[in-house]
Amino acid sequence: MFEGPVQDLIDELGRLPGIGPKSAQRLAFHLLGAEEADITRLQDALAKVKAGVVFCEVCGNVSEKQRCRICADARRDATLVCVVEEPKDVMAVERTREFRGRYHVLGGALDPMGGIGPDQLRVRELLRRIGGQQTEGGEQEPEIAEVILAMDPNTEGEATATYLVRLLRDFPGLAVTKLASGLPMGGDLEFADELTLGRALAGRRGAL
Amino acid sequence: MYVRELSVTDFRSWAQADLTFSPGVSVLVGANGQGKTNLVEAVGYLATLGSHRVSSDAPLVRRGAAAAQVRATVVNDGRELTVQVEIQPGKANRARVNRSPVTRARDILGIVRTVVFAPEDLALVRGDPGERRGFLDELLVARAPRWAGVRADYEKVLRQRSALLKTARHARGDTSTLEVWDAHLARAGAALTAGRIQLAAALAPHVTAAYAAVAPESVPVGARYRSKVAAVDELAGTADGQDDVTGGAAHAELAAAVEVALLEEIGRRRDQEIERGVCLVGPHRDELDLSLGEGPAKGFASHGESWALALALRLGGFELLREEGSEPILVLDDVFAELDARRRDALARTAARAEQVLVTAAVDDDVPSVLNGTRYVIEAGTVRDGVAS
Ligand SMILES: Nc1ncnc2c1ncn2[C@@H]1O[C@H](COP(=O)(O)OP(=O)(O)O)[C@@H](O)[C@H]1O
Ligand SMILES: [Mg+2]
Ligand SMILES: [Zn+2]
Repeated sequence: MFEGPVQDLIDELGRLPGIGPKSAQRLAFHLLGAEEADITRLQDALAKVKAGVVFCEVCGNVSEKQRCRICADARRDATLVCVVEEPKDVMAVERTREFRGRYHVLGGALDPMGGIGPDQLRVRELLRRIGGQQTEGGEQEPEIAEVILAMDPNTEGEATATYLVRLLRDFPGLAVTKLASGLPMGGDLEFADELTLGRALAGRRGAL
Repeated sequence: MYVRELSVTDFRSWAQADLTFSPGVSVLVGANGQGKTNLVEAVGYLATLGSHRVSSDAPLVRRGAAAAQVRATVVNDGRELTVQVEIQPGKANRARVNRSPVTRARDILGIVRTVVFAPEDLALVRGDPGERRGFLDELLVARAPRWAGVRADYEKVLRQRSALLKTARHARGDTSTLEVWDAHLARAGAALTAGRIQLAAALAPHVTAAYAAVAPESVPVGARYRSKVAAVDELAGTADGQDDVTGGAAHAELAAAVEVALLEEIGRRRDQEIERGVCLVGPHRDELDLSLGEGPAKGFASHGESWALALALRLGGFELLREEGSEPILVLDDVFAELDARRRDALARTAARAEQVLVTAAVDDDVPSVLNGTRYVIEAGTVRDGVAS
């Protein structure tokens, strides 16, 4: 145990994912010796991350503006929506360069042990989008023709996909598809390599 | 298959031990408490990622050490593989195959295959149903490693659905998410149930034969999978165990039928499950019924009979795996002292057929002469080996 502010900093850093006590200590002492300007920039970035990040009013992805770059891009196919759990999954699908539609970020997966049910996810927003209702911004969106379910290939992800399939089959004419199998089971979408994920996306199959 | 080299570091009583084995019989001899079982336990750990003696990993790490290492080189049909596991209680195991790390420790299952018989196995007959379910599941994994995934999936769904049931009473009638977990529980549960049913059916004749060889008296024995769900139990009663192990057509058909039956039963017991907040339907409540003569084994069999039946379950599993061509390593931990001369010889004849047998015994004389092989004298934390007899 160190005294005062240094230990406070170590404790805070240690709460971050992937940072053990040893790394936290190393980071803390690095920061202690860093230039004043570097610290100010870091402080700035930290302050802005909460205040400055908004969630896209259409897809729920992290964004700088009300509408994220993907949803604002007229070249992207607005009738095709890929539903993912987290913003990092958007990055994973983007890396494949296979997908030219838009996204919908749920903000997680069904996880009763973690206290996450449909109300804790952006499910209602998804239904509103598919139903062709106006966004908060008041603009009319083109009708959605296909929803691709791209949940993590694990128990929670699969349960979430099943749940959504049951909801989405009530929309006449809507195609609902799932990624082709082939992703390593028990894993996380973000860890799948581009080739595998791209292939799973291209080979997607009807889920209804 | 056989283990050619075994090396343990900070495992149980051993700071370091390195042994070289040959195919055939190896006997570890030494007084009680010298660390013989610890060595064969290490081999079993590579096969199951668990100990045959304790359910948690903490006791496996040498007192005062932070982590234990177990490494073995096995030879299977002339092909050599080295597997290594680092055991750190409270953390995920780290495993390597031929020195390359694997994503999950589970990925090494199937490389080392063992059938271990030890005094603790009396619990297979006398213990809770969970012991017998565990026995079946372990044998499934030895048959084909993918069963480890099937079982892990089921346990995950079971935990999630149990958590949901605990809050369902307050959810006031919205069962839409519960139905999702019902469906997943039924699907994952059906895969596991069907695997166990087919395994039990294939295993039963081998157990009967093994019991006849090692029992004090010849009595017909039975081993039958039991489900609390009547429709599933009926399916279990008619399974013939003729299917292949990797999920052929008969397996898919059986699993589909079980899934329907489980889903119906879940529907019937919805109110009860919500009321009690626990999962009442699924393979976590099943049982492998063991019978001796006319009656159940549990509660009725004598010590000698129970012991012989436990041994017959293990030997039956060994014969089944051999029949299917996977030739596991047979481990007999401290078993000969319990047997009379006739049954010692019967067991030794079965054991002598294994490609490799690892035997532990306190006294050399307990081991029948049919099991001639290399002796390793285990004493005060050292191994003196190569003593042929
Ligand atoms: N985690 C551990 N750390 C140190 N010693 C241990 C540990 N676990 C077991 N032992 C010791 O190992 C010995 C038992 O070894 P075991 O292999 O069961 O003996 P045996 O030769 O009779 O089969 C006991 O002396 C016990 O204290
Ligand atoms: Mg022992
Ligand atoms: Zn967006």
